[in-house]
Amino acid sequence: MSTPVVAPLPTDRSAFYWTSGREGVLRIATCGDCGFRIHPPRPACPSCRGRDVTPQSVSGRGTVWSFTISRRAWVPGIEAPYVVAEIELDEQPGLRVLSTVTGGEVAIGMPVTVSFVEVDGAHVPVFSP
Amino acid sequence: VRAEEAGVISGVGWSAIGRRLHRDPLELAADACLAAIRDAGLDPDAIDGVSTYPGRLGSTPGITGAGVDDVRSLLGLSLRWQSGGAELSGQLGSVVNAVLAVAAGLADHVLCFRSVWESTAQDLSATGRAGLVAASPHESVQWGRPYGVGYATHGGLAMRRYLHESGATREQLAQLAVVARRNAGLNPLAVYREPLTVDDYLRARMISDPLCIYDCDVPVDGCMAVVVSRAGSVTTGSAAGIRIEAIGSASGWEPCADMMWSRTGLGPSDVDVAEIYDGFSIYAVRWLEALRLTPRNGTGPFVEGGSRIALDGELPLNTGGGQLSAGRMHGYGPLVEACLQLRGEAGEHQVPGGPEVAVVSSGAELFTSCLLLTR
Repeated sequence: MSTPVVAPLPTDRSAFYWTSGREGVLRIATCGDCGFRIHPPRPACPSCRGRDVTPQSVSGRGTVWSFTISRRAWVPGIEAPYVVAEIELDEQPGLRVLSTVTGGEVAIGMPVTVSFVEVDGAHVPVFSP
Repeated sequence: VRAEEAGVISGVGWSAIGRRLHRDPLELAADACLAAIRDAGLDPDAIDGVSTYPGRLGSTPGITGAGVDDVRSLLGLSLRWQSGGAELSGQLGSVVNAVLAVAAGLADHVLCFRSVWESTAQDLSATGRAGLVAASPHESVQWGRPYGVGYATHGGLAMRRYLHESGATREQLAQLAVVARRNAGLNPLAVYREPLTVDDYLRARMISDPLCIYDCDVPVDGCMAVVVSRAGSVTTGSAAGIRIEAIGSASGWEPCADMMWSRTGLGPSDVDVAEIYDGFSIYAVRWLEALRLTPRNGTGPFVEGGSRIALDGELPLNTGGGQLSAGRMHGYGPLVEACLQLRGEAGEHQVPGGPEVAVVSSGAELFTSCLLLTR
């Protein structure tokens, strides 16, 4: 299986997520008042209702929460089969991002680290053991 | 009883309002909603209902800047009731619905709002700029699109996680599709009626491994409807009326089921027939466990062999074939089937013994509702 990634369609609210890989880091919206991480990003904190939410770097480490092997294609430019995974980031229980796992083997609970695939100027986060 | 006497407008709030503000519409929503909650003297945690027009399905650019679920997730609300729709009785239909919800005791404090973002959206369209931050399908699908995520991907992820946590096997869960198909064979309204075996299931084409084709419901064309009337106003024939014993309208499988059970003296052991939403078979598993009809992480052993969920079993399940075999009528198929069962009018797929209590569920994840029906 290849690394199946196509360009995202960023919005003003999400653009940082798809570009911060240019500097080699993953950023997640973070509440300046209580530190809660918010993904998908929102301009208010659902935990303390603080309004000082900004993208902050995270370690890029996490574990595989679940994964699936898609046997049919849903998005033009990505040919089946391919892996889609939910990664729980180390920073906060329940903080999960959709992504893929590269490098062959994949299992629930497997520790993974982020890297980035550049597509059309975007830096799409992917994970590998 | 006049519903109007049950509600008051306890707070008002607003955001910046202007032409081409080019501000995130969720920021504007947060400003207005938090201001209204503050004005009412409430803590955001007290809000247990949200109502809006037209919600996220609005058609033209910017007609909706924020929908029900946007505001729920934005403010971290725990909702017992929600409503948003493009065909309410005018824009203030959102307030009418909120009054009804309060009068009915489904919610205590309903946050009503209208969010528009047309000026900036039209400006962005006119200048050909991409990257609308709201009311665009991009916002909801963008997190999966780069990785090839489709609807079935979410079913595959949920099913893999369930198999991992519960130790259930695909062979056990195959019975959800197999038993539904057997029931469909007895239901002339069902679209797929030829027999299905566990072997057929295990050999079937994978869609999003471990989710196979028989774990996915069937898109169909059609319409189903019910009428809700004031109790006591209908007395004729077989339509003497199915009673709505309890409503669950909270967001999320467990909160929704818990809300329903909290509103009745009946319990899971009283259920005679279960019509459970099976958009993907794993969603039926999540509903069965949330409703406490099967043990947590114990649905695999419960359905193994299929006899317990058969028409003559202890928990007759999806007796008309479910959405897996009868077709995706999006919750209304299960609802109509439950009514027929309670009226004793289900024909060849009638559950024996005159069922008196039926549970119906619809939706998945955070978009959920369920009903307990009695005759």
